Amino acid sequence: MTTSSNSPNTSRLSRAWNSDLAWSFRQTPVAMVSAFVVSILILGAILAPLLAPYNPFDPATLNLMNGFTPPSQPNAFTGDVFVLGTDDQGRDVLSTILYGMRISLFVGFAAVFLAMLLGVTLGLMAGYIGGWVETIIMRIADIQLTFPSILVAMLIFGIAKGVTPPEYRDQMAIWVLILAIGLSDWVQFARVVRGATLVEKNKEYVQAARLIGRSQFSIMLRHILPNVLNPVLVIATISLALAIIAEATLSFLGVGAPPTKPSLGTLIRIGQEFMFSGEWWILFFPAATLLALALSINLLGDWLRDALNPRLR
Amino acid sequence: MNAIIKVKNLTRVFDVSKPWLNRVIERLPKSYLTAVSEVDFEIQRNSVYALVGESGSGKSTIGKMVVGLLNASSGAVEVDGIDLSSEQDAEKVDAVRSNIQMIFQDPFASLNPRWKVRDIIAEPVAARGGDTKGLSERLLEQVGLSAADADKYPHEFSGGQRQRICIARSLASEPKIIVCDEPTSALDVSVQSQVLNLMSDLQEDLGLTYLFISHDLTVVQHMADKIGVLYLGRLVEEAPRDVLFSSPKHPYTQMLFDAAPRIDGFGREVEPPKGEIPDAINPPSGCAFHPRCPMATADCSKSRPEMRKIGDTRVACHLAE
Amino acid sequence: MQHPILSVRNLVVEIPTRHGILRPVDQVSYDIHAGEILGVVGESGAGKSMTGNAVIGLLDRPARITSGEILLSGEPIHNKRPDELRRLRGKTMGMIFQDPLTSLNPLLTVGEQLTETIQEHLNVSNAEAQDRAVAALEEVGIPAARARINSYPHEFSGGMRQRVVIALALCAEPDLIIADEPTTALDVSVQAQIIALLKRLCRERGVAVMLVTHDMGVIAEAADRVAVMYAGRLAELGPVRDVLTTARHPYTSGLMASTPLASQGQKRLRQIPGSMPRLGNLPQGCAFSPRCEFAQDKCRANPTPHIQDGDGRAACWFPLSANSEQEVDA
Repeated sequence: MTTSSNSPNTSRLSRAWNSDLAWSFRQTPVAMVSAFVVSILILGAILAPLLAPYNPFDPATLNLMNGFTPPSQPNAFTGDVFVLGTDDQGRDVLSTILYGMRISLFVGFAAVFLAMLLGVTLGLMAGYIGGWVETIIMRIADIQLTFPSILVAMLIFGIAKGVTPPEYRDQMAIWVLILAIGLSDWVQFARVVRGATLVEKNKEYVQAARLIGRSQFSIMLRHILPNVLNPVLVIATISLALAIIAEATLSFLGVGAPPTKPSLGTLIRIGQEFMFSGEWWILFFPAATLLALALSINLLGDWLRDALNPRLR
Repeated sequence: MNAIIKVKNLTRVFDVSKPWLNRVIERLPKSYLTAVSEVDFEIQRNSVYALVGESGSGKSTIGKMVVGLLNASSGAVEVDGIDLSSEQDAEKVDAVRSNIQMIFQDPFASLNPRWKVRDIIAEPVAARGGDTKGLSERLLEQVGLSAADADKYPHEFSGGQRQRICIARSLASEPKIIVCDEPTSALDVSVQSQVLNLMSDLQEDLGLTYLFISHDLTVVQHMADKIGVLYLGRLVEEAPRDVLFSSPKHPYTQMLFDAAPRIDGFGREVEPPKGEIPDAINPPSGCAFHPRCPMATADCSKSRPEMRKIGDTRVACHLAE
Repeated sequence: MQHPILSVRNLVVEIPTRHGILRPVDQVSYDIHAGEILGVVGESGAGKSMTGNAVIGLLDRPARITSGEILLSGEPIHNKRPDELRRLRGKTMGMIFQDPLTSLNPLLTVGEQLTETIQEHLNVSNAEAQDRAVAALEEVGIPAARARINSYPHEFSGGMRQRVVIALALCAEPDLIIADEPTTALDVSVQAQIIALLKRLCRERGVAVMLVTHDMGVIAEAADRVAVMYAGRLAELGPVRDVLTTARHPYTSGLMASTPLASQGQKRLRQIPGSMPRLGNLPQGCAFSPRCEFAQDKCRANPTPHIQDGDGRAACWFPLSANSEQEVDA
């Protein structure tokens, strides 16, 4: 382990730049390329209203005559050119991808955040309090692990659909997705945090805090939580990729984002109908985007895991 | 009477049974480990009382019970005449609690790596809502570091410096008693002497009382006024330092003294002690030391020796005189 | 001429890091002869374990030997390929580590581990290997060895486990044993047993032992000669009694004086100010100069001469003479 002696007046920014993590990042081309790809995609999603040539959610701009235009070729009827072509309804594929990514990423981030909040809280409690609190939390986790998470998500989705009135279903769909994926994904956060908490709680700094008279809550929040965040960060990254894929899978199965507000998964479902009829681009570009997004996030997660693992340093 | 701490008949039993399901399937009984058994001693104000013993002797468990990190199974710890386990008045308990602090063995685990030194040192006061302005800086200088170190993180310090930070933290609430659990055993010799000197100075300047827990006889000999020797959770001998080192009464104490390597013991050939420390879950009958004792008689395996007073020494051995 | 069993010549180990190249072992030279115990002492980070690991060829990457020689019975081994080194380990070099649990395979019985090692290095039959395994366990003082040979490591107590590790290190009849803090994890009474065992084996079998430890008491009782390391360099090397009683290097002298036993009856212990510098941040000149009460300009400007066996005991510009005011009342 190397530690540089920082003078107290170096700025936060330069400390971050000089940190071991940043150094390891600069030494790992895979991480840099992945980070670049992810940032481009996220930026593209955020700036979609500015970047996208069309607004695919606005039916007024659609021209059915533009349907099935191949990439970068003028449409036979209207003469319009679309970089990545159009789908059956004449929606620009590039624009649908940019807007679709917004939904995919939003669902992904929100679901991971929910899973993290739930998992970290329950994991901390299970690890620190122990006893029957731990038994209950971890048995629920065990039971949930025996179901494939996509099944759990579909179950939650189904129940939510049953209890929401039909007129709100499309609006609610995205929130239900977040809930479904988030609830199916908290287990691994809880397990990892519980394990790390068990290690940390026996360390002497926690005993010192107990001796000082800090409350359990305060010890968990202020002492243990900051020290178990490294593995959480790694899992969150990898979970993000999984959540985006889960969202795509659910949407592909038709239980996710509605066709009026398509996510990447919905786009792939729409596209696969035309896979064998020659209109490959409707499927290919959304699928390639999903692949690039999930792969880069995963590679980033792998790098983060190695970089944060003190034993590999 | 000027005893600041009275430990009375202190016992701690740990349940070390396997999980319920294993016990049912394997038909195992519950098993218990008696880590500390009927330990009695008093610590005089402004003195250093040392507990020595090998692993499994229960010395750290006693330390944790004295500061209140562990509850006693039976017996009591009285601090300033107040029994912490039975006292109902929360205010009194809190006042006593803030009078006892602890220094831990591992300076790398006893400081939260994510906290700045300033916050670590001031925590005992901050947790009680006290004024912490300038406190850490003042304490850092008191333990021989510089006030500018308050802005650093623990990883920027060496082991000895970290132990100084731990000492500074333990001083923050202005305690009267500090329990030191192997405070220098993770440190190198040259740094150990710095830390021990600092602790001596602080004891003198601030009028502190130390309960000093260690396995290192040379450190204990330097620091302690009175020493208790523990074996398998029981106090086997207690005496003022000079008495203990000049005439150890218990055969275990004698064995410890003989076995400890000496820096002037060039090429010393000693008959190494027999056997190892027995399993604390199934301790030997009678005197727990009898299987290893060179002087043991048949009586030793049958009846447990009571603490007897011989001169300034208290010793639990049938044969000691 | 009889070669020493182990001869380390100007050994340098380097670790490249982002903050520059660190030298945890810097120009270290010493010999160990048959039947001799060389104690290597120093504070944590002084490079004592790293030296041992370099000799056995167990340096963790990215640490590597960048110059110097390691001769085993006169034959260079520092440039051997990993598989050749692996064969040498066990056959001619045995190792004992601090934690006996990590050096034993928990899934194999003690007997299986012993016979496997014996058969890998010696050409003997199964029955013969079994007999040798029992003999090895008996030699290290494990009672009822023939019965316990089928036990697993976790069935032994800490001290017995360390005896098994020693048996494992000895069973292929090596010429050199490297013991890295072999008693640090053990209790005083067991430590005395293990030290006595090491000394007996060394005397009876003529094994050369490199005993790495931070405990001056263990060194005094067990070692014939002692090498004191500081910040990766040898500070002092010589017969144990001479080095510990009349230290030439101010560091050794300070180290001895700061042990509680040496300041018996005094209110304060002698102390060396400061702490050992980090490897990435070594002072110019003598690495000890910032903490040395005798340091002069020459010490701060020029690196100390590296000591070789035979000439000069201490790597110091102004070694303490035996009758200076520096007395160690040990």
